[in-house]
Amino acid sequence: MSSPSLLVHDLMAGYGERAVLDDIHLTIPPGRNTAIVGANACGKSTLLRTLSRLLVPEHGKVLLDGHSIHRLPARRLAQQLGLLPQSPIAPEGITVLDLVSRGRHPHQGLFARWSATDETAVAEALEATHTTELAERAVEELSGGQRQRVWIAMALAQQTGILLLDEPTTFLDINHQIEVLDLLTDLNRERGTTIVMVLHDLNLAARYADVLVAMAKGRIYGTGTPETVLTQQMVQEVFGLASRIIEDPVTGKPMMIPLGRHVASQVAIGP
Amino acid sequence: MNEPLRSDPPGYATAWLARIRRERARRRWRVLAALLACLLAGVVLTLMLGQSLTPLVTVLRVLGGADVPEAEFIVRELRLPRAVISALSGICFGLGGVAFQTMLRNPLASPDIIGISTGASAAAVFAIVVLSLSGPAVSIVAVVAGLGVALAIYALSWREGVTGARLVLVGIGLAAMLQSFTAYLLTRAPSWSLQEALRWMTGSVNGVQLEQALPLLVALLLFGGLLLSRSRDLETLRMGDDIAAGLGVRLTATRVIVIVAAVGLVAFATAVAGPVAFVAFLSGPIAARLTSRNGSLLIPSALVGALLVLLGDYAGQFLLPARYPVGIVTGVLGAPYLVYLIIRDNKSGGAL
Ligand SMILES: Nc1ncnc2c1ncn2[C@@H]1O[C@H](COP(=O)(O)OP(=O)(O)O)[C@@H](O)[C@H]1O
Ligand SMILES: [Mg+2]
Repeated sequence: MSSPSLLVHDLMAGYGERAVLDDIHLTIPPGRNTAIVGANACGKSTLLRTLSRLLVPEHGKVLLDGHSIHRLPARRLAQQLGLLPQSPIAPEGITVLDLVSRGRHPHQGLFARWSATDETAVAEALEATHTTELAERAVEELSGGQRQRVWIAMALAQQTGILLLDEPTTFLDINHQIEVLDLLTDLNRERGTTIVMVLHDLNLAARYADVLVAMAKGRIYGTGTPETVLTQQMVQEVFGLASRIIEDPVTGKPMMIPLGRHVASQVAIGP
Repeated sequence: MNEPLRSDPPGYATAWLARIRRERARRRWRVLAALLACLLAGVVLTLMLGQSLTPLVTVLRVLGGADVPEAEFIVRELRLPRAVISALSGICFGLGGVAFQTMLRNPLASPDIIGISTGASAAAVFAIVVLSLSGPAVSIVAVVAGLGVALAIYALSWREGVTGARLVLVGIGLAAMLQSFTAYLLTRAPSWSLQEALRWMTGSVNGVQLEQALPLLVALLLFGGLLLSRSRDLETLRMGDDIAAGLGVRLTATRVIVIVAAVGLVAFATAVAGPVAFVAFLSGPIAARLTSRNGSLLIPSALVGALLVLLGDYAGQFLLPARYPVGIVTGVLGAPYLVYLIIRDNKSGGAL
């Protein structure tokens, strides 16, 4: 399946009177892994919500394969674009199998019965996230890491060409963070799924993403390869943080070392 | 743990999942069959039992249309209308209640707590006392009023979106106002018996006629069918609005359909039996326990609702020291659960 293209043109969006996003132009490269970074409350979640039509923009367009997503039937959109919101809450008492099976919702008609295709999609999703053994457990009994993998399994079962994930690694320990990011990379490489994820850890973002999008105050600060986006100047201007960027000795990707007040006073700051 | 993504799950995994699903479906059918059997048994028993015992054979002969002078009046005129209306209105309350609770993800958000049944009841009394209407016209007024109350609650609790908790509080307030409006109207109808007044305050199937079953049945087929057609969307809505929308559920359309259908069911039932206390509120949570939250709750709640009204009415007539209308019995059953939910603080969302 070749991934559909996703394009944002001159977008302005917000809540009620308050504009949160302004003047957003963005092309999500199909089949690549894009990470969105930016300070708290700069509008990352709002951008993902607008991309997935949860929020109607004030003006501007979001185009999926050249068609405005606001004109697409809800189910058609959900067959092509999946969203995992920030910290979702599972309904009380739901089992892992039931939750992951919900991912098949857009593929089922009004009277369509559960098909072999649906079952295979769910089995694949559980397998890929190593949650098959948890199938009969209640989601609320799981650990944070297990729960996050179950939610990702639900998004995988949806089998969309584009997958948007809002902070999929928050609240996970480092091992589970890496595990989730590895899984998304596999998905991207093996199925060509376009991944767009909001990440807080700049170094993990630089390491796992093909493209970094830095946001500041509701605008796009810069987009490009991690090498071009993750700079001392960007970290200073977007996060207000003095830092050094070095080359990760293992991967060769840029790596950000935050300085902080105490270290900054000891070292000469400059490029 | 970090092996690469496997695109082909082993065949046994798929087979295993299919087996879990089959097993759960079987368990669900067992619960549904048991509920249905209880309901049928309940109907037959209430046709047989009363001040006097009518043997099963006689009941069946009367139902079959045979001439049985000694039992005909009791079974056909007294017990049958009660049983049929109890079951039908219970189904309507059960469906309407669980639809609201599921959609708003809050067990307190049932139409009898947030004022929709109260509004329908107030409108029915208004239509009878002030407008001198009767029959289906009363039902229509009740449905319109029920929808009006739903709209009013929604508008009053709107503040950049509606949260379940605010809606419940606004609804409880409206319910109290509408209840006193009904009480006021009742004082203007002094010719009414206490029984009749109690119907509109707490719900009763005293003196119902078999003809009243027809509009109820039509409403059930229409609105119940509409609701069942949204059963999967409702289940997906439990995951939260964002996830449901991301999975292709049309939020506004689904909400409108569910509200109209649920209000229609509750209002038609209320126009016949009054706002039978807490049946809408209790059916869903009881059904959730019985089915261990396995599959949609709509049909299990419908059956539980029917059983509640049927058995509540029977208990009120024959098992208690004095005769009470069904709404007083179900009210006594529901009140502790309501208190429990309020004490539990309603934060965690509840059993649905
Ligand atoms: N539902 C909402 N209603 C009103 N304002 C909101 C809502 N959600 C977010 N905001 C505001 O929009 C801004 C951007 O929020 P968000 O997109 O969640 O930021 P981020 O995900 O980058 O932390 C914040 O100032 C936040 O307070
Ligand atoms: Mg966010």
